[in-house]
Amino acid sequence: MRISCRVNGEVREADQVWPGESLLWFLRERLGLPGAKNACEQGECGSCSIYLEGNLVCACLVLAGQAQNRDIVTVEGLAEPGALHPIQAAFLETGAVQCGFCTPGLIVATHDLLRRNPEPSDAQIKEALAGNLCRCTGYAKIIAAVHLAAGRLVSAP
Amino acid sequence: MEFLQPTSWREALEMKTARAEALPIAGGTDVLVDLNFDRHRPEVILDLNRVAELSEWQPANGRLRVGAGVSYSRIITELGQRLPGLAMASRSVGSPQIRNRGTVGGNLGSASPAGDAHPALLAAGASIEVTSLRGSREIPVDEFFLGPKRNALKPDELIAGFWLRPAPGPQQFAKVGTRNAMVIAVCSFGLALDPEQQTVGTGIGSAGPTPLRAGEAERFLAEALGEGDHWRSGQPLPESARERFGELVARAARPIDDVRGTAAYRRRALAVLARRTFAWAWQEYTAQ
Repeated sequence: MRISCRVNGEVREADQVWPGESLLWFLRERLGLPGAKNACEQGECGSCSIYLEGNLVCACLVLAGQAQNRDIVTVEGLAEPGALHPIQAAFLETGAVQCGFCTPGLIVATHDLLRRNPEPSDAQIKEALAGNLCRCTGYAKIIAAVHLAAGRLVSAP
Repeated sequence: MEFLQPTSWREALEMKTARAEALPIAGGTDVLVDLNFDRHRPEVILDLNRVAELSEWQPANGRLRVGAGVSYSRIITELGQRLPGLAMASRSVGSPQIRNRGTVGGNLGSASPAGDAHPALLAAGASIEVTSLRGSREIPVDEFFLGPKRNALKPDELIAGFWLRPAPGPQQFAKVGTRNAMVIAVCSFGLALDPEQQTVGTGIGSAGPTPLRAGEAERFLAEALGEGDHWRSGQPLPESARERFGELVARAARPIDDVRGTAAYRRRALAVLARRTFAWAWQEYTAQ
């Protein structure tokens, strides 16, 4: 089937999409957007976190067909091309990126947290990022990165 | 594989009648796991996300009617005051990503004994509205689950939503798992107190072939509270009665040994959860 949706502000289309295909596969393999990572394929790890109609979701648990004519934002769409979003910069500066595989999902989940709660506590960060696994276990740095990004976004919106 | 995407409830029902084998999908948090791992390859998928009616809820005749497609996140934010037990259970579902997509209707459709919403629905005495072109019927939730991952739906029926009274008293939910997020329950328990009717509702999760009510435990606790005039006085229930309530809940479970826990552990944990949730609920009741 033919799927058309708006991804990072641009209408994108692909043909011959298999009806059982996940949105994650569609984004990565059909549209060439590898930011959302393919890891567990069962919603456990959060590496494929994206926005669908403004809601944080695991792209591996959405059918491509369910995204027909819907609005999608991936980690690639958070900042202007070539630039870093303040959350991305904070992750780099804090050393919250080790192997980096979980990072795109954590960036999007952090983005979702900070737009709802600009100054979260440690407990609120842990709750909001509970669906994103880092197997390098760099959680302390990740929490530090969220605080750094939050501080910067609050003081310079 | 075929992909059907109705845009109205009527169209969805027509499609389900024409293609009884179609697998309904709402948030996809269960269905996609099976598809991704190639455990199940349905011939037809029926996507219910474009049926706007399913994602609505409204008060009707003293009850609340909640559409099958209302996400856990929305139950927490929009119905947390009126359906506190279900909202607590919803908070324990997966992660923010899962709660944004997953729905109670999907939970009911999957009918897993471990479904997080089920104990809360059982405790609160919910009923499930199912519809086909032949008409609608309401199924009491304790008659809805027939076996592991089997429910009372006929092949042409779809889950339209569920009905619940706004909580007339304290409700609680507790779940045992290896961490606070992203766990399938080892066991879980829902409790609802109804001070108006002076009754007690319970729901046991992940400790039997289906989610279960603990009927004897409900009657025992309601009687114990009534006999001692506790509803009026707010006095605490004797230790022996609280112990007995826990024992009766544990006895109502029909658990097995599996990868998540042993039957013996589940029974023991359920007795603890039952006593604990009652203590929380009673504290809330007497604080009012």
